[in-house]
Amino acid sequence: MKRIYVNEAWCLGCRLCEYNCAFANSGMQDMASALKGKPIFPRIHIEQANAITFAVSCRHCTDPICVKSCIAGAIRKTDGVVQIDQTKCVGCLTCVLVCPYGALAPNENGVMQKCELCLRNACGEPACVKGCPNRAIVYEEREADA
Amino acid sequence: MGVEYLYPEFEVIRNESRCIACGVCVRQCANEVHAFLGGTQTILSDDAKCVNCQRCVSLCPTHALKIVKSDCRLRENANWDNDTIREIYKQANSGGVLLSSMGNPKPLPVYWDKILINASQVTNPPIDPLREPMETRVFLGKRPQKAERDADGKLCCSLPPMLELSMPVLFSAMSYGSISYNAHASLARAAKALGIYYNTGEGGLHEDFYVYGDNTIVQVASGRFGVHENYLEAAKAIEIKMGQGAKPGIGGHLPGAKIVGDVSRTRMIPEGSDAISPAPHHDIYSIEDLRQLVYSLKEATNYKKPIIVKVAAVHNIAAIASGIARSGADIIAIDGFRGGTGAAPTRIRDNVGIPIELALAAVDQRLRDEGIRNDVSLIVGGSVRSASDVVKAIALGADACYIATAALLALGCHLCRTCQTGKCNWGIATQNPELVRRLNPDVGSERLIRLMTAWRHEIKELMGGMGINSVEALRGNRLMLRGIGLTEKELEILGIAHAGE
Repeated sequence: MKRIYVNEAWCLGCRLCEYNCAFANSGMQDMASALKGKPIFPRIHIEQANAITFAVSCRHCTDPICVKSCIAGAIRKTDGVVQIDQTKCVGCLTCVLVCPYGALAPNENGVMQKCELCLRNACGEPACVKGCPNRAIVYEEREADA
Repeated sequence: MGVEYLYPEFEVIRNESRCIACGVCVRQCANEVHAFLGGTQTILSDDAKCVNCQRCVSLCPTHALKIVKSDCRLRENANWDNDTIREIYKQANSGGVLLSSMGNPKPLPVYWDKILINASQVTNPPIDPLREPMETRVFLGKRPQKAERDADGKLCCSLPPMLELSMPVLFSAMSYGSISYNAHASLARAAKALGIYYNTGEGGLHEDFYVYGDNTIVQVASGRFGVHENYLEAAKAIEIKMGQGAKPGIGGHLPGAKIVGDVSRTRMIPEGSDAISPAPHHDIYSIEDLRQLVYSLKEATNYKKPIIVKVAAVHNIAAIASGIARSGADIIAIDGFRGGTGAAPTRIRDNVGIPIELALAAVDQRLRDEGIRNDVSLIVGGSVRSASDVVKAIALGADACYIATAALLALGCHLCRTCQTGKCNWGIATQNPELVRRLNPDVGSERLIRLMTAWRHEIKELMGGMGINSVEALRGNRLMLRGIGLTEKELEILGIAHAGE
């Protein structure tokens, strides 16, 4: 299955991925009107310490612990993609506690959201990958995961 | 301040209705032009620091930025133009030699643009490169003058060493130090994939790039930095650099600040020491001396590698080239006055040397007149900007072209001409690790490969139009060229007729 991979050697910490993610999931046509003057809630985050930066988003684990931990049954894995049914989420944050990558975070309404590879929004392919200026984030099939 | 203050050359215009204050410009500008106004979501730009490299413009996700030339001008004066006066102010402030980077930007004649290419009509058919075979492969080196046979009458097939190129273009010399590790990696990988060559420049060959040896030309310059046995052995050809088009007659100076880590090890000089290449090779004061170095290098590499001698195009270039051809060199590389550089004194870059088009025509003619054209191949560089420039150069008599500025543009260079500051926002002309990593060689090499593939297609199309199906058949074919708006003398030197003739 195609997954998002991050190569920290090429990550510039420019945070374009965060903004492209927030825009892709905004449902709006224009980035300026979608994001201007608002705090953003991206599903990918740049982790940074001194000169080291890299992007973190859901790994779509083979055996996702978030799915097991969800007390509301809101998270499930469909065709390899870990997806969240936001209408079921009760905001207990258990998934935040258990995810070893810190890949889940609440949206502006306190409902959990996570990377779903842009398969359910208008972008159609991961917006973070498409917009990365240095190919530090890639979307590809790797043998080890097959 | 006060009398020393110069109004900034560029202004950063931010479209506030589009800016989402994402801060990408703030994080990406090594010149620290953009900054958040203390604790707010407002970004201010300090125009004085802007070099117009357009990194922020390119990366701004909402296209909210543009850089414009300031319209704060001094009173118009056709003799004392704005730039001239500013340079006077700069020197009155600093007391120093003005430094510049990349090629001569002055509005001097570009002869490529005054030469037109022929095409076949009616009496001789053009060739469609999509349907018929077309050869862009060339070989560089000495051509044997006559076929030799051994005692039994068998043909002697041992040829002098040659470079084989899939197309008549090579990446010109840029040293590791003047450009980054990732820029070198991009060039090396692209050269290998394309079946052409890149040139190490005088900074030595980084140990990681020995694997690209079959596509590498190593340089021996006046500073002899990084030259050792394995270095010479690793390459496919060795270039003796006598001069550079951007700064003929002077040497080089890579500041100690850039001699760090791997650059220091590769150049074989201590960290922090200035890398100063003398203006002359201190052991070369004549063609005979040059011959000694040519043969020393041949001896050291067992006569297995062609030797290139690179010179800047200067007034007496035809005679100089004739001497080089007689020194035993296999290839002569001539660098025109518009060639790029990582740093050169402005006055020298803008005023010394001659156009490559004239130099090439003069050299090719001189070598033919003297019957020694086949003893050497000619590579020309110094602002070869497109496939049509390449075709014109070949028709004027070149065997191949060196490109460097075009290659850097493919890697992301926006020709802001401030390489000398070492703060290249595109990760090319810098050794700062955080800037260097902005150039991912996976991306860089792909872009170079695409550029060269496109040029190769265009070269084929242009040749096909003329009814010529190989670069070999185009070389020196000046009947395929016509001048436009040139004087009798210029046409005479170029050896071409005027359009309409």
